[in-house]
Parts: sequence; C-alpha cells; structure tokens
Amino acid sequence: MKFLTTNFLKCSVKACDTSNDNFPLQYDGSKCQLVQDESIEFNPEFLLNIIERVDWNAVLSVASDLGNTALPPSKPVFPATADQLSEEDMTILRDLHTLLIQTSISEGEMKCRNCGHVYYIKNSIPNLLLPPHLA
Amino acid sequence: MQVTKNGRKKYLVFMVQVHTNFRRAELESLADLYGINSIDFSKYDDSTPFFYVELENDQQAKDWIKRSILTRAIYEYWGDADTYEELHESIQSQDFFQKNKELYHNDTFKFEFDTYRGNNKSNRIKQIEKFSYLDFKGKINLKNPQQVFTVIEEYKPISENIPGKDPIHLIFGRLIQTGDRLSMDRYDLKKRPYKGTTSFEAELSLVSANIAQVKPGTIMYDPFAGTGSFLTAGGHYGALVIGSDIDGRMIRGKGASANINTNFKFYGESSKFLDVLTMDFTHNSLRSNLVIDTILCDPPYGIRESIKVLGARDPERFAGKENIEIDGKKAFLHRDYIPTKKPYALDSLLDDILQYASERLPINGRLAFWMPTANDENIETIIPLHANLELKYNCVQEFNKWSRRLLVYINRGPTFDGPTNSGAKRSTTVFRDRYFNHFN
Ligand SMILES: C[S@@+](CC[C@H](N)C(=O)[O-])C[C@H]1O[C@@H](n2cnc3c(N)ncnc32)[C@H](O)[C@@H]1O
Ligand SMILES: [Zn+2]
Ligand SMILES: [Zn+2]
Repeated sequence: MKFLTTNFLKCSVKACDTSNDNFPLQYDGSKCQLVQDESIEFNPEFLLNIIERVDWNAVLSVASDLGNTALPPSKPVFPATADQLSEEDMTILRDLHTLLIQTSISEGEMKCRNCGHVYYIKNSIPNLLLPPHLA
Repeated sequence: MQVTKNGRKKYLVFMVQVHTNFRRAELESLADLYGINSIDFSKYDDSTPFFYVELENDQQAKDWIKRSILTRAIYEYWGDADTYEELHESIQSQDFFQKNKELYHNDTFKFEFDTYRGNNKSNRIKQIEKFSYLDFKGKINLKNPQQVFTVIEEYKPISENIPGKDPIHLIFGRLIQTGDRLSMDRYDLKKRPYKGTTSFEAELSLVSANIAQVKPGTIMYDPFAGTGSFLTAGGHYGALVIGSDIDGRMIRGKGASANINTNFKFYGESSKFLDVLTMDFTHNSLRSNLVIDTILCDPPYGIRESIKVLGARDPERFAGKENIEIDGKKAFLHRDYIPTKKPYALDSLLDDILQYASERLPINGRLAFWMPTANDENIETIIPLHANLELKYNCVQEFNKWSRRLLVYINRGPTFDGPTNSGAKRSTTVFRDRYFNHFN
C-alpha cells in the first residue's frame, strides 16, 4: 500500500464517521515494513494534480508514525502549471514522489484512533473488512 | 477557400461498424471533454460508419478523435462520389481545391486505401496515378509522411458471404487523426499477465472509460475492481486509479509476478496505479471529503459471483462472538481473521452506488457502471435513478440470451432534483433467478 493511500483511508466503521479521530489511521511503526519502488516514473505534472488532493496534516501524522519527522509543517506550495516549476520546486516534488508514490508499506498494521479497531496490510494490500459486530 | 461560410471546415469521421449503441455516446463524451460543443450530431446515423461534421480546425479534430476507440480516423474532406471518375471531378470542383493543393504542395506524402464492407484487389498504383492532377511536388514517404491522403471505398455485399465487386461510393480526404484502436490490441486480455474469469474485454472497457470521461491527473475509483480491467483502462487515459474488492483473492492475483500492479508495470503505466484495497464497498474506507472524479465499474450481478456485504447472515449465531479470544487476543483482531459476509440485493447495492456517487463526485463528474438486464420482453428493465444524478447514457450490448448495459450518470448536485426510484420500487425479481430459470 502506497504512502499516498494512507492519506485516503479512514476507519470503515460507520459509527466512527461522527468522530474526527477516524482519519488518518494510526500506523504501527514497529510493525510496518517499508519498501521503495524506484521504477515508478516521476511525472511532475501528474503529481501536482494529486498533491492538491492531499491532506497535509495526515501526511505529517503518518510520516511521524513511521519515523519521519523531517517534513515541512505545511504543504509546499507550487505554481499552477508544470512549466512554471523552479529547480527548487522540482527538488521538493521529487522528494514528495519518493515519499508518496515510491514508498509503500508491504506488511504492517494500523489502528483507528476512535474505536481502536486494528487493520492489517498483507502483501502490500490493506484489509479493511470488519467483523460482524462492527459492520 | 477550404472553409465554409462560418469559417469552419468539413471533416469525415470514419467509425467502426460495431458497438453502434456506444459510438455516439463516446463521440459526444470526448467532444464535451475537450470543450468542443459545436458539433451537429443530427446527421449522426448508427447504420453507417461515416459521419460528416464541421469543425473549427484540425486541432479540434485531433483532440476529439485521438482517444476514440470506436473511430478508425478523422479526415479533412476533399471530395466524394459513386465512381472514381466522378470522384476526381468532385475533388477538382470543390471551392477549396486550389487552396488545398497549394497548402500541401511540397509536403512529403503517401496514399492509402481503406475499405468498408469489401476488399479491392485492383492495381492501386494505377489508381494513384489518376490523382496526378493534385500535382504534389513533395517526396513520397511511406514510413513517416507529412500528409496521408486516403481513399475510402464503400462496398455493398451481394449477400452475406459474397462481397460486392466494385465500390458503390468513394470518399477522398487528408488524414488528420487516427482513433485509439491500437490500444485494443495493446490491452487485449490474451496478452495481459494477470486476468481472470471476470476480466472485462479491452475494447468496451476503454470505451467505458471514454464515456466516463476519465481525465489525466484525476482520481478514478472502481469499487468492484476484481482483476482490475477498468483500472487498466482508466490508467491508460492518465488517471490515478484506485480499486477495491471484498474478495482479497481477486485483487491479490497469482502471486508476485501476476497481479494488478504487475499489469500496470507491463503496460508501462505503474505511476497511474495507486492501490487496490480489500474492502466492502458498503463499508467504505475512502475518507468522505476525498473528491473522486470518476467512478467506473462492473458491479457483481449475482450471476457469476454472488453479492456479499459484511455482516452475519444470522446475527443470533454470532451474538457474543466478538468476545472470543485466541492466544489472549480478541479473535477478530488477529491478522488472519476472516470476517463473515451476508447476501445483499442487487437493487440495494445499485442504490448505494448512486448515493455514493452523489456524495463523492464533483459537480459534472461521471459515474459509469455495467448492469445486466434480461432481454425477455415481459420483464421491464428499470434503471436506477437518483435525484442528484442525470442519467446521461444507457448503452445496451446484446448477447444471445441476455444483454448488459452501460449506465452513465452525471452528478448535477442537489439542485438537479431529478426523478428517483429506490430499489424497493424497482424489479422485485433477482436477476440471478431470471438468469437461471427463465432462459433456455
Ligand atoms: C463483475 S466483478 C468485477 C470484475 C472486474 N471488472 C474485473 O476486471 O475483474 C464484481 C466484483 O465485485 C466484488 N464484490 C462483490 N461484492 C462486493 C462488495 N460488497 N464490495 C466490494 N466488492 C464486491 C466481487 O468479488 C467481484 O470481484
Ligand atoms: Zn473506528
Ligand atoms: Zn454495516
């Protein structure tokens, strides 16, 4: 599961939707195995569009769960189109590509901060199914 | 001058004569996607592969057709007639003829012949020589010419098995843009590393993505991803795609070498693939404020695969089971715990999909999904409707004993206030029963 996906996943328990603690999930750093896939090509224009959708606080939260506390406190700001990107913008975008797209969790677990339910990631696929009493 | 009174040029769209129920929807959707809103569709006709249009310029023609799966190509119109002699007269009598001749006078070029419902073995070199009045001075270049001039020959078969001998109509034009039919071959399931019994054929999955207006740099979601056929189609058109399926085996694939991710690597599009999640669509984990630009899917029909959602079929039997512990830890918190599932009605699932789309799609975002329908006359097919969603297309694909349809909705928001019909008001018979009991 790519790092970017952690930015989209909340707890599946419907009762948790009324809480602010169902997103992002809390990743167990000691149990999460990270892998890097450098073969995924860098496409700045594509990434610019996607970064618009990203909740930066959730990026910080999950990065810190996984042991990375070096990210800037607020979302980097980029020009509107790819042809206006400066060298420095490109460097930051490349770093974001590495983090959001190339880094994934191959095995691990995460927990809802509200209900405490634990979800697992196996073979890079998160399992968000629920037992009947939570469904 | 090669322009009509209103400054527009005449073009010929040469389509394929298959999936005609989808052709117009595809052409309209692509025109809309590229902001080309001045095409006159009143002359569009399902029974012919030829569609004459006026456009502002070649760029519009290119944008419009480059993604089309059901179009062979679009041409700048130069002339047409029923015989070759008349064709040459037609070409030379157009008021834009002199202008055209000059414009491409020195370009490298080649001639091509294309046919519809027939095949001519006549001497093409001789036929090309008859075009000498075009007086092109550029070099002939078969590999990479600046201009391709095409003669399209239309035949009329004498009977089903006997093709007509001579063409009944001829059209001459300059090639502007071919459609995206090569992708059908590229995404052919036969060549795909990971596929399964539920995989959707390449041609109509790409057409579906076009009608759904999947756009580069946006997010597309397939809630019932299975082997990922629609994810593949969405990735081809540049969206970041995410899928889910309640059945982990489907999305996991056949190990590290054949799964949805390796398919994307195989196509060189791995940056377009986000993830597939093991998830029940009706217990959805995608955060509710995430904008999903397009939803494209093939929901379970209850035919080949049953419709299941999380929960106990018989809740009493499961009462208290959440307290069971294994090795000092709640059983349901174990890594290998497999939750129980219960059957669910297709109509309820369809209502859920429409509701979800109305909440997650941006205004004007599209939901497209396939739905099976019996073509048994005494059973009326009721299309699910939602107050916020405009039902834009309902394209039927007929098979021998059944049919399926692509339903396409546009999110118009709460002010749309369209007609509704929730599941309870629709068909009471489950399709599965009909499928197995009613036919043959
Ligand atoms: C018709 S298949 C889709 C196949 C897919 N288009 C492909 O390319 O293989 C329907 C899929 O829906 C899944 N499904 C059934 N119930 C579901 C649910 N409640 N939530 C998510 N997926 C479900 C099934 O496991 C099946 O893979
Ligand atoms: Zn929760
Ligand atoms: Zn439930």
